[in-house]
Amino acid sequence: MGNDSDAIEKYWRSNLRLIAVLIAIWATVSLGFGIALAPWLDQFKLPGTEFPLGFWFAQQGSIFTFVILIFVYSWRMNRLDDDFSAGQDSQ
Amino acid sequence: MTVTAWTSLLVGASFLLYIVIAIRSRASSTGEFYIAGQHVPPLANGMATAADWMSAASFISMAGIISFSGYDGSVYLMGWTGGYVLLALLLAPYLRKFGKYTVPDFIGERYYSQTARLVAVICAIFISFTYVAGQMRGVGVVFSRFLEVDVTYGVIIGMAIVFIYAVLGGMKGITYTQVAQYCVLIFAFMVPAIFISLMVAGTAIPQIGFGSIPDGEELSLLARLDGLHEQLGFTSYTLGSGNTINLLAITFALMAGTAGLPHVIIRFYTVPSVRAARKSAGWALLFIAILYTTAPAVAVFARTNLIDTVENRSYAEIPDWFRKWEDTDLIAWVDKDGDGRVKYRAGNALDPAKPSFLEGRGVSGERLLSNTPTGNANELYVDRDIMVLANPEIAGLPNWVIALVAAGGLAAALSTAAGLLLVVSTSISHDLLRKWLRPDLSDREELLAARISAGAAVCIAGYLGINPPGYVAEVVAFAFGLAAASFFPAILMGIFMKRMNREGAISGMLVGLIFTASYIIYFRFLHPELDTVENWWWGISPKGIGTVGLCFNFMIAGIVRSFTPDPPDDVIRMVEEIRTPERTAG
Repeated sequence: MGNDSDAIEKYWRSNLRLIAVLIAIWATVSLGFGIALAPWLDQFKLPGTEFPLGFWFAQQGSIFTFVILIFVYSWRMNRLDDDFSAGQDSQ
Repeated sequence: MTVTAWTSLLVGASFLLYIVIAIRSRASSTGEFYIAGQHVPPLANGMATAADWMSAASFISMAGIISFSGYDGSVYLMGWTGGYVLLALLLAPYLRKFGKYTVPDFIGERYYSQTARLVAVICAIFISFTYVAGQMRGVGVVFSRFLEVDVTYGVIIGMAIVFIYAVLGGMKGITYTQVAQYCVLIFAFMVPAIFISLMVAGTAIPQIGFGSIPDGEELSLLARLDGLHEQLGFTSYTLGSGNTINLLAITFALMAGTAGLPHVIIRFYTVPSVRAARKSAGWALLFIAILYTTAPAVAVFARTNLIDTVENRSYAEIPDWFRKWEDTDLIAWVDKDGDGRVKYRAGNALDPAKPSFLEGRGVSGERLLSNTPTGNANELYVDRDIMVLANPEIAGLPNWVIALVAAGGLAAALSTAAGLLLVVSTSISHDLLRKWLRPDLSDREELLAARISAGAAVCIAGYLGINPPGYVAEVVAFAFGLAAASFFPAILMGIFMKRMNREGAISGMLVGLIFTASYIIYFRFLHPELDTVENWWWGISPKGIGTVGLCFNFMIAGIVRSFTPDPPDDVIRMVEEIRTPERTAG
C-alpha cells in the first residue's frame, strides 16, 4: 500500500507540473500576447504575412496554440497513465 | 432553381436526416437518455461538442460582431476558445472519472450537501433557459428571412424537430444528430468563406488570405481597411479601444464561463473513458477552431466589401442585395445631405438606432423611416448579422450556396438548443426528483419523467422564442458571468483542493453569485444610464465582472474553510479516487 500511494503521489505531481506549464503558455499567448502586449507587438509583422503580430495573436495565433495545448496534454497524460498502470501491474 | 426552392430543398433534406437519426437512436434507459450509455467515440463527441457549443450567435452573428468592432471583437474569439483549455486540463477528465450524470451531481456529492446541489440546479436551469431563448429566436429568424415563413411558425417547426429527437433519443439521439449538424454547419460556413477569400484575396485559405496583399495592390487588406476606417472616422480596425484591464477581465470571464457551462461539461460524461475525454476535448476545440479562425477573415473581407460597395455610391448603382436586405429591415439609408449618395461614417445614423420603416419610398427609391436622423454625417444603418447572411450574395455566389447558409444557421441553432434542453430535463428528473424529492423512483419512471420534462422544456423554450424577453442580449452576459463566478471555481476547488469543505464552497458560490448578479443587474437593468467606464469598478464592465466574482469566490471559500471542519473521510477518498488513473488501458 505504501508504494501504491507513493506512485499516486508521484503521478499527481507530474500532472500538476504539466498543467502549470501548459496553463502558463495558455495565459501568455492570449492574455499576454493577444491583449496586454498586443499594442507593442503590433509594430512587428508575423513573418511571411502582413498581419500585425499582436492582432494576429488575438484573432488567430492564440486559437491555434489552444488546440495544440489540449492535444499535447492529452498525449502526455495518456502516456503518464500508461506508465502508472505498468508500474501497478509489475508489483 | 430559385433561392427559395433551394432553401426548402436543403432545409427539408437536413431535417429529414435529423429525424432518421433520431428514430435509429432511441434511448431505452436513463443511462442512455442522460449520457448516451457512455459509448460515444472521442472524435464523434468532439464534433457533437462543437455543434453543441456553436450556436446561432456563433454562426450568424460572430463574424458580424468582429466586423464592426475589429480588434475589440477578439475577446469573444479568445474567450470562447480559451475556455476549452481550462475544461480539458482542469475539469473534463476528472468529471468523467467521477462518472455521474450531471454537474449538480458532482457539486452535491463532493460537498456532501443538498443545498449545494439545489444552488447548482437553479444555476444550471437559469443559464440554460437564458441561452435557449436566443436559439429558438434564431430558428424563427432564419425561417422568416429565407423561406418567408412567419417567425412564429418557424419557431414551431424548429420546436417540433427538437421535440422528436430530444424526447425520443435523449442524449443518445442528440449526440448523433449533433454530429450531422456539425457537418452541415461547417460546410455551410466554409463554402462562402472560401469563395469570398478567392475573390478578395486570391487564396482559398481565408486564414491566410486576410493577412495578405491582393494581386495588383500595394497595400495589404488590413492596412487598406485601417486606411478606410481612418478616412471615414471609425476607430482603427487592428488597434483596440485601449482599455486593457477591461479586455483582460472580459476575456477571462468568457473563458472561465465557457468551461463552467453545464451543457458543454455534460458532453464529456458521454465518452467511454478518461483518456477518451481528454482526446475528445482536443477534437472539439479543433472543430470549433475551424469556424473561429475563419470568422475574423470573413469579418475583414465583408467589411472591406461593404465599404467598397456602398460608400459614396448613388442608391441606384448599388447592387441588388442592398435593396433586398433593406426589404428585410437589415439595412436602412437616410439621405441626410440630399445628394442621392450613400455616406457611411462612424456613429448611429438614426435615433433610435434600430430603423422602423414607413410605407412608401423616398426620392432615390429608398424605404422611408420614422426615425429621426441624427446630427452626424453617417447615413447608413447595417445590422451586424448581414455579414454572414448576405455574404454569398455580396460575393455573387450561386443560389444553392445562399440556401446552404440557411440550413447551416438552423443546424447551429437546433444543435445548441437540444443540448441545453437536455440539461434542463436532467436537472429536473435526476437532480430534483430522483436525488431529492422522490428517491424511490424506478429507472423506468425516471426515464418517463426525463422525457416529460424535456417535452415541457421544449414548449417553454418555444414560447420564449416567439415572445422573446426584450433583454436577451443582456442576459447572455449573465449566463457567462454566473458560470464563471459559481460553477467554475466550485468544481475546480472540488478537484484540486482535497480539504475544501461544504461551508467554504457554498459561501464562495453564494458570494460569487450575489456579487456578480448585483453588479450586472445594477448597471444593465436598474441604472443603464450609468453603464460607462467612469462608473465601473476598476474600469471593468458588467461583461467582465465574472472575473472579479470568481476571485471573491476563491477568497471567501479559502477563508471560511480555514475555520470550519474538514470534509468527511469518504469525500476525501472520493477526491483521491477521481485523481487516480483508470487501471485498465483503453
